[in-house]
Order: sequence, then C-alpha cells, then structure tokens
Amino acid sequence: MAENSDNNAYWAANIRLVTICLVIWALVSYGFGILLRPLLSGIAVGGTDLGFWFAQQGSILVFLVLIFFYAWRMNKLDKEHGVDE
Amino acid sequence: MDQTTLNIIVVGLSFALYFGIAIWARAGSTSEFYAAGRGVNPVINGMATAADWMSAASFISMAGLIAFVGYSNSTFLMGWTGGYVLMAMLLAPYLRKFGKYTVPEFIGDRYYSNTARVVAVISLIIISVTYVIGQMTGAGVAFSRFLEVDSATGLYIASATVFVYAVLGGMKGITYTQVAQYCVLIVAYTIPAVFISLQLTGNPIPGLGLFSNTTDMVGGGVEAGTPLLVTLNGLLTDLGFSEYTTGSSPFLMALFTLSLMIGTAGLPHVIIRFFTVPKVADARWSAGWALVFIALLYLTAPAVGAMARLNITTTMWPQGVESEAVAVEDLPDWFRTWEVTGLLGVEDKNGDGRIQYYNDGSESGQAFGAERGYEGNELVTFNRDILVLANPEIAQLPGWVIALIAAGGIAAALSTAAGLLLAISSAISHDLIKSVINPNISERGELLAARISMAGAIILATYLGLNPPGFAAQTVALAFGLAAASLFPTLMMGIFSKRMNSAGATMGMLAGLIATCLYLFTYLGWFFIPGTNMLENTAANYLFGIPPTHFGPIGALLNFAVAYFVSKATAAPPAHIQDLVESVRIPRGAGAASDH
Repeated sequence: MAENSDNNAYWAANIRLVTICLVIWALVSYGFGILLRPLLSGIAVGGTDLGFWFAQQGSILVFLVLIFFYAWRMNKLDKEHGVDE
Repeated sequence: MDQTTLNIIVVGLSFALYFGIAIWARAGSTSEFYAAGRGVNPVINGMATAADWMSAASFISMAGLIAFVGYSNSTFLMGWTGGYVLMAMLLAPYLRKFGKYTVPEFIGDRYYSNTARVVAVISLIIISVTYVIGQMTGAGVAFSRFLEVDSATGLYIASATVFVYAVLGGMKGITYTQVAQYCVLIVAYTIPAVFISLQLTGNPIPGLGLFSNTTDMVGGGVEAGTPLLVTLNGLLTDLGFSEYTTGSSPFLMALFTLSLMIGTAGLPHVIIRFFTVPKVADARWSAGWALVFIALLYLTAPAVGAMARLNITTTMWPQGVESEAVAVEDLPDWFRTWEVTGLLGVEDKNGDGRIQYYNDGSESGQAFGAERGYEGNELVTFNRDILVLANPEIAQLPGWVIALIAAGGIAAALSTAAGLLLAISSAISHDLIKSVINPNISERGELLAARISMAGAIILATYLGLNPPGFAAQTVALAFGLAAASLFPTLMMGIFSKRMNSAGATMGMLAGLIATCLYLFTYLGWFFIPGTNMLENTAANYLFGIPPTHFGPIGALLNFAVAYFVSKATAAPPAHIQDLVESVRIPRGAGAASDH
C-alpha cells in the first residue's frame, strides 16, 4: 500500500513536470513564433523581429533545453521515489 | 578528373563503409534483429535516430521550401523538431519500459485485442510504405543526376545496398550504418553552407549569418553592411514578391505545425529506435541527443534557404534590380548543368537577350514588368528541390564538395528507407505472423520470417519506386495525417489513461483513420486517383477553412473524443491490464523485461 501511494506521488510529479514543459513548448512555437509574433515585433533581431527568430531557430533551441531538462529532472525523480533501475 | 568520376569515387567509398559495417554488425537473434540487442549507447542512438528521421525531404527539399516561401514555411522547422518534445515526454520512455519490439505489439497487448493490433499494423504499413516510396525515388534522382546512370539503375543500386545491410543486420546493422550515414550527410550539408555564409556575411556559422550584415561580396548592387534579411526583403519586394520575413494566416500556420508535430511523434519507424537503448533513463537522454543532431541541420537549413534565395536573385540581377537583368550568355555554368535535367528552365519571352526574373503574378510585379517592357517572368522553371543539390555549384566550391553532396543526399534517403523497411518487416513477422497467425513459431523461424519480410518489403519499395503512383507526393500528407490521427492518440491514452479499454481504443483509432482518409479523398480524389474528388481542392470548399494537409490534429481530436465516450460506456479493462499500465509508468524493472 505504501509503495502504491508513493508510485502515485511519483506519477503526479511526472504529470506536473510534463505539463510545465508542454506549456513552454507551446508558448515558444505557437505563441512567440506564430500567434503572439505581433506582440514581439518591437524587439529587433538581425534585420527582423524576435518572432521570426523564434519561428526559425529559437523554438528549436528551447525544445532542446526542454528535453534535456525533463530527462535530468525525471532521472532525479526516479531516484527520489526509489523507482530507478 | 571529371566531376562524374569524382562523384562515383566518393559515393562508392561511402557504400564500401556501409557494407563493412553490415558485415561487422550481423544479427544473430530476433532481439538483435528487432532492437539491436538493446545495447545501443543513448548518444549513438540519438545519432542513428537523426539519420533515421532526416529523409530526402529534410536534406534535399526543406531549405528550398523555406527559400521560396520564407517565414510561413517555418512550420516545417518547428513541426519536425517539436514532435520530439512530445515523443520524449509522452511516449518513448514508457514504450521502452514496456520492453517489446514493435508499436502494434504495444497496442495489441495494452488493449488485449488482436483487432486493435491489426488496425495498428494497417496504419503502420500505410504510413511506412507511402513514406518509403519518396526515399527510393529520391535516391534514384540523386544517382541519375550525379552518377549519370539512368534513374532505374540508380534505384537498383540503392535497393541492393539496403538489402545487404538491412536483411543481414536488421536493427543492429541499420543502427550502425545510420550513424555513418549521419556523419556523411551532416558534413555534406554543412560545408557548402559555411562557405556561402562566409561569402555573404563573413560569419562562419550559417545559423548566425542569417541574422548578420552583408559583406561586399554579395553582388547585385547590394550595399555592404546591411542586415541580410533586410537586403533580401528589399530585393524581393522590388521584384513584386512578398516580403521574406512576413507571412499570412497565423491560424493555418499553427494548425499545420501541430499536424507535423503530432505526426512526427506518432511515426513508428522513429519510435522503435528508442527500443534499442538499455534503460528508460537512456531513452529520455537519447531523445535529447536525437534533437541535438537534428538541430545541427535544422538550424542551418533556414540560413541555406535565405542565402540561396539571395544568391539566385543577385545572379539574375547582377547590377541590381534598377539596372538590366542578366544576359543569356552570362548565365553561370550551373544553370546549364541543371537545365539539362529539366528542373530549371529559362525562356527569353521578349527577345531582348536577357533573362528577367520577377513575380508576374502580383500587381506590383506586373507594374514593374509593364513599365520596362517585360513580357512575363523569364526564369520559367526553378524546381525548389535542386536548391541544396546545386548549392556548391552556386557558391563555386571545388568538385569534391559537389561529390559530397551527392553522397549526403543518397545517405539521407537510404538511412530513412532502411528504418521504414524495418518497421514494416517487424510488423509483419512479429505482429502478424508471431502474434496472430502462428504463435508457436520458433526463434529461428521468426528470424527467418523477419528476413524474408524485409526482402519482400525491399522488393515492393523498389517496384513502387520504379513505378511511382501518380499520387506519391500527395500521400506524404496521408502519412503524417494517419500517424497523428491513429497511432499517436492511441499510444498516448494507453499510457496516460488506465481506464481506456479495448473498445474505446479500437473505435477511436478507426474514427481517426477513417475520418482522415475521407477528408483527404474528398479533396484529392478517392485513393488519390485524379478526377474522382468530390469537391474541388480550393480554400472555399474546406470545412472551416482547413486544407486536407492540415487535418491531422482534427483526426487526433476525433480519435480522443470517440475513445473517451466509448470507453465510458463500456467496462473498465481487466485488472492485469491496469497493472500493466502501472508498470509501464515506472522505470524499475526495464532490464528484466528486455530479457523476455
């Protein structure tokens, strides 16, 4: 039973982490890169605006950081909850 | 030495390398054939995944897609990378923990249903076969252009090569050849890009050069020291094109990006790559490494696109757009080489001995032409696929760089083809033969069945590559649409919902599959046969303005909704299935599961 409740806590922590990561994932691509681009039009980057940079390169760099952050955080959670291999 | 001989030597050397690896990495068991014995280092697997994923479309077509449209086609950049975030967080680690060999196997076991398994096999085969046709034709074209053999011979050489290392080595052979192919393709892509970036902006990193100022080497009357993108926008608007950095319809852009992201995450040949690493933690890291190696090309591609567009424009207007266009006899040599292929064509419509390149389809372009007595755009054909292949010639790089591009294009096509063929053959030998038709088959019998299925899949792919169905290009939309609408939601619910049962998942998968096919067939013709479409493929006819290529997320939504309501109305899955879901969610015990 104790193990079961700990597994539930582990899963809840995972869901929380995935949710945070996916909010950022959506914000940089659909948000900054596309729908919110007009809001960023004041910030100039190399002859164009920040939204263009996010659409062509920025979102890819953020995706990279997100996946490595998720892997690092999850592998730590595995150990904390005693479910690592 | 002439260019063709050089190309043959470089491509031949790369093939010798692939054969060497094939002999070294033979598969001795089904575990090695399907999952490389689960002993692949996560970084190595990341590199193999990058080659597996980056097809002829990424290597040859993508920069051209961006170059001729600009900002709006950033959807490909975000869509084809953002899918890895979904795969890394929602699918890959859990499916690795499940510890089996194929995607339909998870669906069949998790939903305790051979019906669900067979529906998944059908989706997988449609997705992978349509995808593999493009790779085979791509390899054929690269052969015929660079090695001056006809494209049928090229296709036979490509098939024979894949045959050797895929049938012999299975996933193990494919993994290590993909690593070699990644190295070939990334070097081939980067070298010309670095030279062009140095020439146009003085910055050796193309991704940064895109946002840098121009040098005095640009030509076309361009002033040095202005940002490259400002220069490009200025030239294009003068010629009646739309600005490079602006787009229209953010809603459709977002929808298309979503369609590519979910589709990418649901592609079986990429998912199975994560079955080859030893642990769940490795699957998580490996997804990150895959994106690192993909990003090396994807951060360079938008620079290649913009710089090539600038180079073409200044080639056509060597003294600037205010002055006269390029004279026919002054066209560079690469124009002549590519004209022969029919992918590039000029026509001096007004007979002034010069070739005017402008947009005769827009009002400002027509005004520009009328004022100067032009009779239409004279650069009549410019196939966007030649852009990357012609890049070294455009930048006047030495012959060995051209040879390298040939080897790179072929490597991109072959590595993806091999991954797809493995997904097809394992679905047949493992999910149909072993799970449904003959569960008592021996280990050796299954390994033989896997090799025979692989050989059959290669023969089918070669046949389809030689006789490409007229709808080949259209079916790419079908592959992504189906991956998004059928496989991705079903896999995700299998992990994240303990309550999801067999009836819900099967009905949901069928709903996504059928709705996507119907929507595509309505506008593109029944089974893509031209003329049988019920509505004309124009924006006015689309349901809520959604083009058939953007339908993936709608199909996925339908799948989720139908699965939810059907599962609510039917009994919960049995206890042992709920326990299975529990165990998939927790990494501990993956090592044991792999020894089954």
